[in-house]
Amino acid sequence: MSPAKVKPVTVPEMVTTLPALGPTTKLQLPREAEATLPNGLTVIAIRRPSVPLAEVRLRIPFGRAHPARAAMLAQTLLSGTDTMSSVEIAAELQTVGGGLSAGVDPDRLMLAGNGLVGGLERILELLGEVLTAARYPAEEVATERARLVDHIQVAQSQPQHVARTALLKRIYGRHPYANQLPEPEQVRAIRPAQLRALHSERVRPAGATLVLVGDITPAKAIDTAEQILGGWAIGGDSPAAKWAVPPVPPLAPGALMVVDRPDSVQSSLRMALPAVPRTHPDHAALQIANLIFGGYFSSRWVENIREDKGYTYGPHSAIEHLVAGSSLTVAADVATEVTGPAMLETLYELGRIASLPPAEDELEQARQYALGSLRLGVATQAGLAGLATTYAGSGLRLNHLAEHSARLAAVTADEVAAAAATYLAPARAVTVVLGDASRIEAPLAALTPIEKAQP
Amino acid sequence: MAATRYPVERLTLANGLRVVLAPDRSAPVVGVAVVYDVGIRSEPEGRTGFAHLFEHLMFQGSANLEKLAHFRHVQGSGGTFNGSTHLDYTDYFEVLPSNALERALFLEADRMRGPRLTEENLRNQVDVVKEEIRVNVLNQPYGGFPWLTLPPVMFDTFPNAHDGYGSFTDLESATVPDAADFFERYYANGNAVLSVAGDFDVAEATALIERHFNSVPARPAPVRPSFTEPDLTAERRESYTDRLAPLPAVAAAWRVPDPIDDFAGYLPYVVLAEVLTDGDASRLVERLVLKDRSVTSIGGYLGFMGEPFEVRDPTALLLQAHLPPGGDTDKLLASIDEELNRLAEDGLTAGELARTQARMATHLLRDTDAVLSRTLRMAVLEQQRGEPELLNQLPVLLGDVTEEQIRAAAATLRPQRRATVEVIPGAAR
Repeated sequence: MSPAKVKPVTVPEMVTTLPALGPTTKLQLPREAEATLPNGLTVIAIRRPSVPLAEVRLRIPFGRAHPARAAMLAQTLLSGTDTMSSVEIAAELQTVGGGLSAGVDPDRLMLAGNGLVGGLERILELLGEVLTAARYPAEEVATERARLVDHIQVAQSQPQHVARTALLKRIYGRHPYANQLPEPEQVRAIRPAQLRALHSERVRPAGATLVLVGDITPAKAIDTAEQILGGWAIGGDSPAAKWAVPPVPPLAPGALMVVDRPDSVQSSLRMALPAVPRTHPDHAALQIANLIFGGYFSSRWVENIREDKGYTYGPHSAIEHLVAGSSLTVAADVATEVTGPAMLETLYELGRIASLPPAEDELEQARQYALGSLRLGVATQAGLAGLATTYAGSGLRLNHLAEHSARLAAVTADEVAAAAATYLAPARAVTVVLGDASRIEAPLAALTPIEKAQP
Repeated sequence: MAATRYPVERLTLANGLRVVLAPDRSAPVVGVAVVYDVGIRSEPEGRTGFAHLFEHLMFQGSANLEKLAHFRHVQGSGGTFNGSTHLDYTDYFEVLPSNALERALFLEADRMRGPRLTEENLRNQVDVVKEEIRVNVLNQPYGGFPWLTLPPVMFDTFPNAHDGYGSFTDLESATVPDAADFFERYYANGNAVLSVAGDFDVAEATALIERHFNSVPARPAPVRPSFTEPDLTAERRESYTDRLAPLPAVAAAWRVPDPIDDFAGYLPYVVLAEVLTDGDASRLVERLVLKDRSVTSIGGYLGFMGEPFEVRDPTALLLQAHLPPGGDTDKLLASIDEELNRLAEDGLTAGELARTQARMATHLLRDTDAVLSRTLRMAVLEQQRGEPELLNQLPVLLGDVTEEQIRAAAATLRPQRRATVEVIPGAAR
């Protein structure tokens, strides 16, 4: 018999291979209810009791509204009513942990807010107060006008804003989507009477959607909304068709437009490519094609111009949906001295995905990312509220999540290749580069015909 | 006061790695984070921006992962990832569908043993970081204002005063041995906290964590020096011209009590910042934006990176304002002093404190609803305080702050304790 040995301490083995994924959990859609009130307001209430809060989103169609008036209306909608000052509105909201803000884009006016769930009724009352009795007081309008002008001046000094503005102008020409932030002089001309007129004509329940998400009972929340907002008057009687935004014009490829920003240390590369709306049969395949090209970090373009060549920090490409049309935007800010080489790689990667089918592992990776993103996006009250509102703007409901997931799961490499050939072809792109023209014109002109933007 | 009741579990592995867990089965997602107790303040002189550069290098591969593998594995599992560098810590995180939990643990354990430090990866990421600085600071009006431009006015020592994004000269002179030293010194498992929140079973997750992290070699945390500095005894003011800025701007800061050692003394300042600047019904917005029109916008917050519960001493309460064309900074500072005096002497109006606290509770709960915020906040609360359960208690603690405490806090914000930086618009029309 040998003496008993001390048991050696086992050093745990390092795991050296990637663990497998566990079983996929089924996509669970939350409990919801919906009603359209007699005045035309649609109310969607969704239960997610994760935290004791409620999210509120009111989407009012606002297409073809005068851009400066629309921007000022959003800026002053909460500036006072027949019975309350702006400070009183803000204080009343705060009392129930609430806040409301207003914003516009070329399709809609959005009132967004949140608060403690016990205060939902009060938040809706204050929302109703603003919708039915906003006064646009002269003093407050003057203050907010000056603030908006300051805000626009700051935006106009930001390269991302200048580049986007130039691209929109180049894509949309005379279409209403061309101007998404007004000029200071347009804002300075706005008077309270114009805002009151715009409000009474366009801030109306017909066609509007109210989304409520949180620790709520959907049916009860709809009843509450009806009690409070059922009396929101129909307002003007101009038909919705009068305000329908016309379809966007097809992209007209042409010379690369150089916009001069003297002494800029970076160039802002911006491209627009065609895209399709969420309900189009090509949408899932296009989404995957875009991901493989440049739509997420593990994409060919990001791996090429960031992780291999170090030209840029945050390149990205994304599909943007507006009511009257969708587009795909490609964006990167690159060091001035590598503007030409960065554009070369961008054209190469677009050409490559438009010409050759993707590898199977690239397709699976992008597919999993797209499917996972849908789950991550609805894991919070705010995420659910945002998605439900966005979908409602396209006439869709949350069940579109499940339908879109099924389409993403089924997309084939051939379909992705076909979508890439159709929509991501570099020959179809409209391109704008903002940067120091004296340093970037020659390298860009070596790659493609260029034209200079008129200042 | 509304609050959350996430269960919070703590454990320490045999090798000394601290772990915090907060299960919540309400959505099929998990957050995983590893937070290292090293940040901008710990950078060596001559190596500004190094903590952030090193954060980039942690994504460039490790023993069992090629370059690009980390990104592809996370996103190919349906998840998202990132990392960020702060004054007192650096975080690395993933949010994924819950069936990918083990993958995220494998990825974090692999890089905790050490990243692949190569000359090629280093030069590539120096280039990427330079573009990051250009896009966020050098090519942007108000770039780095005030988080990079106010600390050098307020502080005298290198750890607190230097530019945390780094100078191009320092970044370009960084070497692979520098990076190896930095890892050796600060990236010990004893200097880290692993945090997991969301859709998992505690026993199963614990087994997975042990499977992947028990083999990480035990290394103790380095001794963290005190970075404290004496308070200001005389007002400091500086200005600089921003060639891209069209309008003037100003930021002012005052030192506040130690957020860790004197949490009770610190909390009133967190509430005070909101009393002063949260919305149209707040003191300074009502007076300066709506009544005087002396500013276009004003904001107030704690900590130069705006994270009241993720920062150590020394830190500050900041106010930052954008002014209209030709705005007068002296007048503005005088009005702020006047409002602070009024608050200290006359106290708050009926309901003013309660409504501010209610809105703060909403903001905190809204953050908490996102699994990533929960994961990160809990990790830092464990690392800096050993109290991850504060995740649930913060709304209550803020709700307990009294009017008397707010008045006393306002009374300390005197001009002679104030550091101010002004942006002179170089692009004014």
